Amino acid sequence: MDYLLTEQQIMVRDIARQIAHEKIKPVAAKYDAEGIFPWDIVKIMAASDLCGIYIEEKYGGTGGGAMELVLATEELSRACGGISLAFAATALGTFPIILFGTQEQKMKYLPDIAKGKKLAAFGLTEAGAGSDAGAIATTAEKKGDHYILNGTKQWITNGGEAEVYTVVASTNRSKGARGAAAFIVEKGTKGFEFGKKEDKMGIRASATRELVFTDCKIPKENILGKEGMGFIVAMKTFDQSRPGVAAQALGIAQGALDLTIQYMKERKQFGKSISSFQGLQFMLADMATEIEASRALIYACARMIDSGNSKVGKDSAMAKLFASDMAMKVTTDCVQLFGGYGYMRDYPIEKYMRDAKITQIYEGTNQIQRSIIANHLIKETASK
Amino acid sequence: MNIIVCIKQVPDTTNVRIDPETNTLVRSGVQSIINPFDMYAIEEAIRLKEKFGGMVTIVTMGPPQAEEALREAISLGADEAVLVSDRAFAGSDTWATSYTLSKTIGKIGKFDLVICGKQAIDGDTAQVGPGIAAFMDIPQITFVKKIEDIKDSLICAERMTEEGYDIVESPLPCLITVVKEINEPRLPSLKGKMRAKKIEIRKLEAKDLDADPDSLGLKGSPTKVVKIFTPPPRKGGQILEGEAKDTSAKLVELLKGEICL
Amino acid sequence: MSIKVINEKCTGCKLCVKSCPFGAIEIVNKKAVIDMHKCTLCGACIESCKFDAIVLTKISPTDIQFPKKFDEHKDVWIFCEQKKGVVQSVAYELLGKGRELADTLGVDLCGVLLGENIKQEAQKIIHRGADKVYLVDSSALRHYQDEPYSKVLIQLIKEYNPEIVLCGASSIGRSLIARVAIGVHAGLTADCTALDIDKKERLLLQTRPAFGGNIMATIICPNHRPQMSTVRHKVMKEAGEDKHRKGKIIEKSYDAGIYSSRTRLLDVVEEIEETVNLTEANVIVSGGRGLVSPENFKMIEDLAKALGGAVGASRAAVDSGWKTYSHQVGQTGKTVCPKIYIACGISGQIQHLVGMQSSEIIVAINKDPHAPIFTVATYGIIGDIFEVVPELTRRFKEALGK
Repeated sequence: MDYLLTEQQIMVRDIARQIAHEKIKPVAAKYDAEGIFPWDIVKIMAASDLCGIYIEEKYGGTGGGAMELVLATEELSRACGGISLAFAATALGTFPIILFGTQEQKMKYLPDIAKGKKLAAFGLTEAGAGSDAGAIATTAEKKGDHYILNGTKQWITNGGEAEVYTVVASTNRSKGARGAAAFIVEKGTKGFEFGKKEDKMGIRASATRELVFTDCKIPKENILGKEGMGFIVAMKTFDQSRPGVAAQALGIAQGALDLTIQYMKERKQFGKSISSFQGLQFMLADMATEIEASRALIYACARMIDSGNSKVGKDSAMAKLFASDMAMKVTTDCVQLFGGYGYMRDYPIEKYMRDAKITQIYEGTNQIQRSIIANHLIKETASK
Repeated sequence: MNIIVCIKQVPDTTNVRIDPETNTLVRSGVQSIINPFDMYAIEEAIRLKEKFGGMVTIVTMGPPQAEEALREAISLGADEAVLVSDRAFAGSDTWATSYTLSKTIGKIGKFDLVICGKQAIDGDTAQVGPGIAAFMDIPQITFVKKIEDIKDSLICAERMTEEGYDIVESPLPCLITVVKEINEPRLPSLKGKMRAKKIEIRKLEAKDLDADPDSLGLKGSPTKVVKIFTPPPRKGGQILEGEAKDTSAKLVELLKGEICL
Repeated sequence: MSIKVINEKCTGCKLCVKSCPFGAIEIVNKKAVIDMHKCTLCGACIESCKFDAIVLTKISPTDIQFPKKFDEHKDVWIFCEQKKGVVQSVAYELLGKGRELADTLGVDLCGVLLGENIKQEAQKIIHRGADKVYLVDSSALRHYQDEPYSKVLIQLIKEYNPEIVLCGASSIGRSLIARVAIGVHAGLTADCTALDIDKKERLLLQTRPAFGGNIMATIICPNHRPQMSTVRHKVMKEAGEDKHRKGKIIEKSYDAGIYSSRTRLLDVVEEIEETVNLTEANVIVSGGRGLVSPENFKMIEDLAKALGGAVGASRAAVDSGWKTYSHQVGQTGKTVCPKIYIACGISGQIQHLVGMQSSEIIVAINKDPHAPIFTVATYGIIGDIFEVVPELTRRFKEALGK
């Protein structure tokens, strides 16, 4: 389908596609098996100006937005949904600064991120606060010119590898969700340490770690927005970033389908290639159609964000929900079409299925996405 | 340091595969790419520019569509590009090509180094680089796998041989041809692509070159192609299947006569 | 030579479009149109057309004029490459072919030998069939260097006017001969795999592969002398040795100026790893991605050692850092044509095939029965390389009594 991309968007897509094809594909299986963080690929992305495609020119980026982010994430994920995450999770960690940062904060942090010198990460989830994000126990206590952070964030993508962290902590636990604030914390700050690297089912080239804060003292200028705004920062960030997760799911599904079609043309049973069997052809057709429907939804949502429309909560939840459920279904079917080979680690397809699963879980489980969509629907009818 | 890189646009063979049914090449949808060896030449030039400053100018001789190859080189970080294109060049052999390119380089101005890929994958001659050096009467170092140093107008490089390598020093200006081992080419950048889109490519025709018209194209080419044919594709032979000990025993038996026992 | 579509016969079926390796054919108004900018006259479309709608007009005598007579140009010359004072085997291969060509033309076969203290090698060239050897002995010619070598060879050619000059398509030959061809304004055909004589016109017919060996071209040089070619190693049969054969050694020496060089050779480094050089080897055992990790190349080395062969590698193996680039066989590596090529765990991408498909016997070992390597293999073993290769090594050792 022709999505009428701009010249610059086509360039972004082509560069990401070339990196995926020439640099990521050859190492994807190894990095997955050994859990290697793709610093070499990050360097290549940086040299190709990919790290700044969603950052304004005055902060060292190339001035694109959500659409560019989505296009690049999709293409990178076609080759490896784990490696692409070094890029996509940085965007997630950067959005709070883009959306709520002061001029000084932006000048300080965005140029290095845009140049790919530094990665970013976003820290919200805790052991006791997953879908119920209001239950966070990490605290930020104001003392003079500083905040003192205490607590532990769990399962933070890019944890340990990133230099810049945006962390949500409570300044007033008695106020619950309304007592939270978001802070920028730099790696290397005293009292800020990392837990062990998690051993995951999929996206294994991505690093997931705990962030451990023990009397970690950060300057008060590092607050994003104001005290009490922590959850607004988080929710607005997710509204913007969900198309990115959706694009990751989309890329994983597309990559799996690409491999499957190629395999089906080569694999012979009953004397002919299995792509000639109608039952299997129907599966291919369904998969391709669902992938395209996801793409249309994601791109439309990204364009809405780039147009400046801030009421994207419902639409970005729909894009994330639809694309990640689609990716899980498509990759499962792709493994099926590979038959016994599909179940073997020697073949690349099972990795896509493992990588797809997380997209239904993180950045708000799909159950939470459904709640968001439903809440919007109910609110919309109430206001009519 | 001003560097000129000569490149050629060639058909991409990476997408070519063999049809298992007919044993012939499947050639549909072949695109044009920059000759792979020239990618190493471009990369080396850009690295030298990053180290020593100066300009990288890319030159190609070819049909008007070779402009795409020049734009790609710009997207990688080259500064300027020159397309030398004319119907009068059609049918050039390596002699006439070397002559035309040497005349083109003469038009570009002062340079310190000319870099070419070791050979083009469609012709495989490896003759145009040394040919340009001969026409320009500058020294050459062929098959360079590493530039050790450039200082005081001297370049020191490792020249790959069948047994290892020679270390050769040459005064500048000189011409080198490079092999794959010399570097790993970068990918284009977004800013590079945007620049490549806008940049004006300098275009030269035969009349701009101060060249002897009798030395150009088919007329200026001492060699003439009289016949072109496709060799019969190699056929697959005997397939051995089964336990490793049986298949290997069988193979040893088959090859026994061929290896002096 | 020209190519033309006969519109009355063309049905616009697009078969030719698909067959064109250069993307030079388009269908316009249901007829094939050939873009002469892109067309190389390779003829692939002619074979593909089922309606005989494309014709290639072969060169006719009227296309080429032979204005000049070259009565003063005689003899077939072989540039005899030497390294460390030893004539390289490619020179003996060329002497074998050169003898045939010289006999057909009724002229002398001459060797050209440049080096230092190498007179005994000149005698060997005569034993291998030369009537004369032009010998230039100077300390400046001890090692190959572009400028002194090309200047001396240009001088010799100008003095003696050979009609044919052949040289090995080695790294030395390819560096030297283009400079010489420009210097004497001769036609040069690189990397030939077949040479013949058109007796009537006294022309050298030079056949060479192009486009990775998928196309062969025969090339002549009608109006310039000498006719020069570089010839691929291992394609021609080495000349036999006759120790009683007599010939003339013509020693030449020149003023110092001819030996001067702007470049300086600082060192000659031989890499020990490369015990047997790929282009010289009779047997090559190559490993690819199927080896999984670099340690497993040991297995390939063992088999190569048992067979007295060299070790090759696919691009995938080289790019993964398992073997150095000097071992790479294929389009961006070396083109080899040993007697026996054994490909282990190499799937056989086209880029690999073009580098080894002219080997006499190809053995492929791969667990994937659909691997393209089997389409070119003389013998294919479908099986696990980790089982087959060590077994082969053991059995070859046994058979060879090692």
